[in-house]
Amino acid sequence: MKNPHRHLISILMENESGALSRVANLFSARGYNIESLTVAPTNDPSLSRLTLVTCGNDQIIEQIVKQLNKIIDVVKLMDMTEADAIERELMLVKTRAVGEGRAEMKRLAEIFDGHILDVTDSTYTIELTGRSEKLDNFLRAVDKDSILEVARSGTTGIGRGARALNV
Amino acid sequence: MEPITGAEILVRCLKQEGVEYLFGYPGGSVLHIYDALHAQEDVKHVLVRHEQAATHAADGYARATGRPGVVLVTSGPGVTNAVTGIATAHMDSIPMVIFSGQVPTALIGNDAFQEVDSVGITRPCVKHNFLVKDVNQLAETVKKAFYIATTGRPGPVLVDIPKDVTIAKTTFSYPETIRLRSYNPTIKGHAGQIRKAVDLIMSAKRPIVYAGGGTVISDGSAQLVEFTRLLGSPITITLMGLGAYPATDKQFLGMLGMHGTYEANMAMHECDVMIAIGARFDDRVTGKLEKFSPNAKIVHIDIDPSSISKNVRVDIPIVGSVPHVLQSMITQMREESLKLNEAALSDWWKQINAWREMKSLRYRGSDEIIKPQFVVEKLYEVTQGRAIITSDVGQHQMWAAQYYHFDQPRQWINSGGLGTMGFGLPAAMGAQLAFPNRDVACVTGEGSIQMMLQELSTMKQYGTPVKIINLNNRYLGMVRQWQEFFYQKRYSMSYMEALPDFVKLAEAYGHVGIKIEKPSEVEGALREAFAMKERLVFLDFITDPTENVFPMIPSGGGQNEMLLAERDEMVSTHEDGMVLV
Repeated sequence: MKNPHRHLISILMENESGALSRVANLFSARGYNIESLTVAPTNDPSLSRLTLVTCGNDQIIEQIVKQLNKIIDVVKLMDMTEADAIERELMLVKTRAVGEGRAEMKRLAEIFDGHILDVTDSTYTIELTGRSEKLDNFLRAVDKDSILEVARSGTTGIGRGARALNV
Repeated sequence: MEPITGAEILVRCLKQEGVEYLFGYPGGSVLHIYDALHAQEDVKHVLVRHEQAATHAADGYARATGRPGVVLVTSGPGVTNAVTGIATAHMDSIPMVIFSGQVPTALIGNDAFQEVDSVGITRPCVKHNFLVKDVNQLAETVKKAFYIATTGRPGPVLVDIPKDVTIAKTTFSYPETIRLRSYNPTIKGHAGQIRKAVDLIMSAKRPIVYAGGGTVISDGSAQLVEFTRLLGSPITITLMGLGAYPATDKQFLGMLGMHGTYEANMAMHECDVMIAIGARFDDRVTGKLEKFSPNAKIVHIDIDPSSISKNVRVDIPIVGSVPHVLQSMITQMREESLKLNEAALSDWWKQINAWREMKSLRYRGSDEIIKPQFVVEKLYEVTQGRAIITSDVGQHQMWAAQYYHFDQPRQWINSGGLGTMGFGLPAAMGAQLAFPNRDVACVTGEGSIQMMLQELSTMKQYGTPVKIINLNNRYLGMVRQWQEFFYQKRYSMSYMEALPDFVKLAEAYGHVGIKIEKPSEVEGALREAFAMKERLVFLDFITDPTENVFPMIPSGGGQNEMLLAERDEMVSTHEDGMVLV
């Protein structure tokens, strides 16, 4: 289900030290929410792509977009949620895998299209990708006590069709 | 070309930018730069007594001239002291470039002596900042800094230079122009939006022009005057915009907002079309947002898209520079001979003139005790309305804004956004250096002036003959006023005890001091002071400690809920207003 107040914003910015903190600073200084944030260089090494998930009413989102555009290091941005977009998040989960639960855990990973990356006699480390909700659902499906560690990347995204964010 | 040091490169850059004055204070990390400054005479350095004053003086220079103010401070405390002045310039969109020394690159992050994360500390209060790690990037970075500071919505830009970069050598070349792919301010307004705006304005029955500091900063005053006269509508101006339209003109309703005139606020409340020009709907202007101009369709011209629909939703936004957008509107109005409905406009003026009859700036005069408003009125007379006036922050600031009728832009210099006490004196110094032959007065109070007293020494050294108008009421007056109204007269820490003898103090610094205690002496003292063209004169006016600033919209009130001096001696505020500042 699509939450109308949740927005996925992708930002192309100069790959300079300080650019990330300018974005993070803006959110804390103006009291906006960041649910997740992910950043890495692009195919053009002078540019980084930062993708963040935030929430707010239309007026707040409008301000966030304007304030982000005002940052000198921000070259271009796109509110992915304005049109159809593909969203993905990567999650690594270390789970207990002993006794009867071992087979059950493997089955569950398969149902969620997960890959088991690392195996010990008592644990599995599972890789899952998908929309954040799918990753949430996996964690709900697994017995809480068997989750030893969770590492999530935060959501990134790209527009469907010809819509492209580039310089 | 012979390689030269980073320090020499910086000084060459300043010359290329035509920097006349550099306000600064030396220290360990900038010694090479000071050495390079020593070897030349084009860029004049002003040695302040505290780095905060360097930024305020550069700020005053920038506001008076429209050119960027330039500052040089050392690392660590040099930067932290400058932060208040940088934030002041940031809030009021003043072009400024600050160069700060930094510990050598190899020591950054090591908690070295006088090290502070200057780029981190200033990030929230600059338009942009840079750390220069390679001497080969120094010249281009300086060019970028001046470009960013002075274009679009102006603001302060800090360039942090580690000491080893000032020593390293490279060949110097200064780029003629600069282009940043991530920064392209919109100057020309969107033609379709401008057309829509003109259509809406022409349909107005009760129009009002609401202009702000952006009009002054963009040098859009001439266009504002032409546009407003062509329209024939009333105009009100914010604290930051005073002077953009002549205050003595009959279409001018005075300042609006918390201490604006009754007619300005009532006209804003009752208007059907509002034309907001280079103004940002600050909380001091709008009063309670829910009650703000309930029937108004709003056109908003601003160069900063993020100022549009931030506090108040507007109907027709136009992103662009004020003079450009207004010129397009004027051209269209002239070409198509567009005029407002005359009958409606005449009714609107009748209503406004009735509000004017309230005479909301009237105050009770006295033969016994000096009224602060009276001092400002006399200051206006004696300087024939032509002085550059700076102010500090508090009651005196409001009285200066209300009773000195500014006819020219860049004549009124005050810290509107951040409200920085201590701003007035160094700002006056900067303005006086820019205009050595003009009268410059700093209207202040005994609270504010004590935050920057040390600059009396700088002003002796550089011979800036500023006239200090100290409205000395022995109280932090604005705090006292709020405590009287909203805290049942519990005057917590607003009384100033153990004040210095300001006359002796001025004399100690080599200036002239005059104490004035009677209303009958006010004009004479002012005339005497302004006759001393070469001297700084500290005029200490002992004023009525009980005087309050009226009219007033109390916190939480709407524009139409003004308190007037004679009608409302006792004042209360809404409960939800108490949480507002």
